[in-house]
Formats: sequence, structure tokens, C-alpha cells
Amino acid sequence: MLQHFGKYLLFLKSLFARGESSNIIFKRTIDEAILIGVNSIVIVAIVSTFIGAVTCVQVAYNLDNAFIPRSTIGFMVREMTLLELAPTITSIVLAGKVGSSIAGGLGTMQITEQVDALEVMGINSASYLVLPKILASLLVFPMLVILAMFLSIAGGYVAGTLSGELTAQEYTSGIRGDFIPYNIVFALIKSVVFAFLISSIASFRGYNTSGGALEVGAASTTAVTNSVIAVLIADFICAQLLL
Amino acid sequence: MIEIHNIHKSFNGKTILDGISGVFETGKTNLLLGASGTGKSVLLKCIVGLVKPDIGSVTFDGTYFTNNKLDIRQEIRRKIGMLFQGSALFDSMTVEQNVEFPLKMLTDMNKSERMDRVNFCLQRVGLENANNKMPSEISGGMKKRVGIARAIAPNCTYLFCDEPNSGLDPQTAITIDELIKEITHEYNITTIIVTHDMNSVIEIGDKIFFLYKGKKLWEGTNDNIMDNQIPELQDFIFANRLMRDAKKVEDERDR
Ligand SMILES: Nc1ncnc2c1ncn2[C@@H]1O[C@H](COP(=O)(O)OP(=O)(O)OP(=O)(O)O)[C@@H](O)[C@H]1O
Ligand SMILES: [Mg+2]
Repeated sequence: MLQHFGKYLLFLKSLFARGESSNIIFKRTIDEAILIGVNSIVIVAIVSTFIGAVTCVQVAYNLDNAFIPRSTIGFMVREMTLLELAPTITSIVLAGKVGSSIAGGLGTMQITEQVDALEVMGINSASYLVLPKILASLLVFPMLVILAMFLSIAGGYVAGTLSGELTAQEYTSGIRGDFIPYNIVFALIKSVVFAFLISSIASFRGYNTSGGALEVGAASTTAVTNSVIAVLIADFICAQLLL
Repeated sequence: MIEIHNIHKSFNGKTILDGISGVFETGKTNLLLGASGTGKSVLLKCIVGLVKPDIGSVTFDGTYFTNNKLDIRQEIRRKIGMLFQGSALFDSMTVEQNVEFPLKMLTDMNKSERMDRVNFCLQRVGLENANNKMPSEISGGMKKRVGIARAIAPNCTYLFCDEPNSGLDPQTAITIDELIKEITHEYNITTIIVTHDMNSVIEIGDKIFFLYKGKKLWEGTNDNIMDNQIPELQDFIFANRLMRDAKKVEDERDR
């Protein structure tokens, strides 16, 4: 375990050893960012809309008390979405989607000697392949989290009003009441931390694949499980440090 | 000129290379000959540093390579063109982009110069109409040829080819052999070719190294390979009937 962690740190260091020109890294980052964004936008949209809807219905069910104003439901959906659901659930979904694709892609490149081919050309393959993926994740994850926030709150609105649990006015007044802007900052900080963890752990697992197709599959699975655990631990630490 | 000295390599306690030394001369096609699994690909990877030898050293034109600083190694590597046994094409790029890639990374040609060079190289390997295909859409032999085009695209000083003509039909195989020989002589490249094709041995074996169980058993040229007295090499050469028959005819003529 400790050995793996040490290797992981050395791997991160190798990303910065005599890399390619920043121009090339920048172009590659944009390409990767588009790829990550396009590939995950649909799943993020679906998951966050439903999470918002479910949260709203369940909170309404639990707050079946005449003394609590109905707008509290909207308030709670917003708070849960901003603080936890949007950044963390989105990141866990992305750990599955982006993490496995990064690990699978790099693993395949490794076992088919594409990484060796880069190395023989005198290119630092770690920095050329991995750095753009990490930078792209740092860029795209927060955007996806913001999208998830909107859709989750909208999902709550639709579910709440359609099921007749509360009126549109109650919901909007709920989501506008006692708003703390710092919560958004907190969520975005978390999303950046998670982006780094997921992309770097998945890259580490994929880049260090050796063997054949079986090992590539194993690397993808390990990448996802490891990064989900890392996200949850980091979630706890962020909450302790930043709230 | 590439010199290797006393290269040892073992994987998990199993010795693959057992002290191999040799000099690969500039402007010549140097062949590594040997049966499947003798460690030819491993030796090639040791030379370019993809596999680290346990003992031994490699020098490129007098510059020590094996354990030298990363930037010195990268400097040398930028002069290397290499064809991998499995082609190792970048599967997210088209054929054209694959061949263009080293030009983009290693030279300061502009787009149209690069395209000219790409088309020239693809034409040399007989692939005029495959520019926009993905590697997954072309045959194994075509991949090999794209791999060769990619290796020779930047004017390299050292060229390494791991079985350039395995999986090709006899005619294309000869074309590829001729191509490698031609550019080696024309641009004075130090070329190392891994092969077990006797045809290549006879056609382009300026210098031949025969590996057997991790050791270099014989070295010579295509002129004197038939005269060797090494039983293992004899078995290797005369494994197929055509070669046996050819030898019989020659022996009878000598008598
Ligand atoms: N990364 C590795 N880990 C463990 N063993 C390896 C590794 N690479 C190669 N070997 C072993 O080294 C031996 C030589 O392999 P190599 O690929 O060099 O053979 P080769 O001479 O190129 O054969 P072929 O002509 O079939 O390509 C094989 O027994 C192989 O199992
Ligand atoms: Mg081989």
C-alpha cells in the first residue's frame, strides 16, 4: 500500500521531467477536455437530474409536518445538491466513466508498445500522454459539476411540483433563502481536488499496465475502485478542513 | 556506429541475454538472426533503452547511452527510427497522422512540407491510398508498412526494424528489404534489423549476427554465412527444403 503510494508520487514527479513544449501540451489538453466533456455530459445530466428529483421527493416525505414551511424542501434540496450531491456524486460517476477510459486507453497503449514508440522518439511519454488528461480533467470537472448543480435543482423543481408536494413559489423561495455563496466555492474546490485524484490515479494505473488485454481490464477496474475510495476520503477531509 | 558491450538481461531469474557484444557499423544493414524466443526483440529494446540491461553498455557513435542522463538519452533517441514487431501504430490517429507525428514532434517542417514527406514515405512502402484509414481498418502487413514509413519519415541516423517483412507476401517483403537497404546506404544510416527470413539474410545481410540461447554464436556477412561451421546456424539456415536443395546442388557442383 505504502509502496504503491510512493510509486504514485514518483509517477506524478515524472510528469514534469523534461516535458514537451507548453504549446503541444496545451493543444493536447484542449483535445482531451473536449473528449471528456462530450463523453460524460449525458450521463452527468441524467444522473444529476434524477438525484435532484429523488432528493426532493424524499425530503418532502420526511418533512410531512404542518409546522415546517414547505419551502424548506427547496432549501434542503439546494443545500444537499451544492454541498454534496453535485460535486461528489458527479465525481463518482466520472470516476467510472472518465477513470476507466483513461486507464483503459493508457493500458492499451502500453501493452501495444505505443508508449514505447513515443519513448523511442525521445518524447517523455508520461508528460505527453498523462499531463493533458489531468489538466483537462481539472478544467472540465468543475464545469460538469456546475451543470449538475443546475440540473439537480431543476430536477427537484420538476419532481416537487409535478407530484404536488409543493408549489413552484414555495420551491423557488426555498432555493433562494439563506444562500451562502461560499458553498459554491467549496463545491468547486472539491471538484478540482476530485478531478486531480481521479485522473492521476487512473493514469497511474493505466500507464503501469503490463501484460495483455486481461491486465488492461484489471487496470480499469482498479482505477475506478481506487479513485472512488480516494474521492470519498478526500470528501471527508475537505469537509473537515473547509467547512 | 553502435557498440554494445557484454549485455546481460534476465526476466524473473530466467536469463534471456547472456553477455552479448558487437559493433553495428554505419551505412550497413546489420541483421540479428535467431530462432523465435531467443531474445532478439529484447536485445533491440536494450539497445534503445526501452529495457534496461542488467549488465552491459551501449554507445551510439561514441556517446555512452545506457545509464546516461535522461536528456542525453532523449537527444540520441530523437535520431532513432524504430519499427516495432507489432507495428505499434497510434490507434487514435489515421495512417497519415501516424507518419506525420514524428515530423511534427521532432522537426520544424511546416504543414505542407510534412505532408509531402508523409506522402513520399507512404509511397515508398507502397501505400498510396490509405492516408485517411485508421490502424484498425488496415491489414497486418499494411500496419507493418505504415510502421516503416513512420520510422523513416524523419531522416534518422539510426534505424531499428523488428521483423520488417514478417507477415508480408514475398514480393512486398523484398520491396521492403530493398527500401531499407537503399536508405541505409543512401543516407549512411546505422541500421539494425531483426529477422528470421533467409531471403533477407541473403539479400541485405551486410553484417549478420546469429543469436542462440542468449549468446552470439556467429558473426559474418551474407557472403560467408553458407560456409559457417556452426551446427546450430546450419540447422537454422537449412531448416527449409529449398535451402537444403540449394545446398545439395552447390555441394555437387563443388565436387
Ligand atoms: N517484459 C518481459 N517480461 C518477461 N519476459 C520477457 C519479457 N520480454 C520478453 N520476455 C521473454 O524473453 C524471451 C525472448 O523474447 P523476445 O521477444 O526477445 O524473442 P524474439 O527473439 O524476438 O522472438 P520472435 O522471433 O518470436 O519475435 C521470451 O522467452 C520472452 O518470454
Ligand atoms: Mg521478436
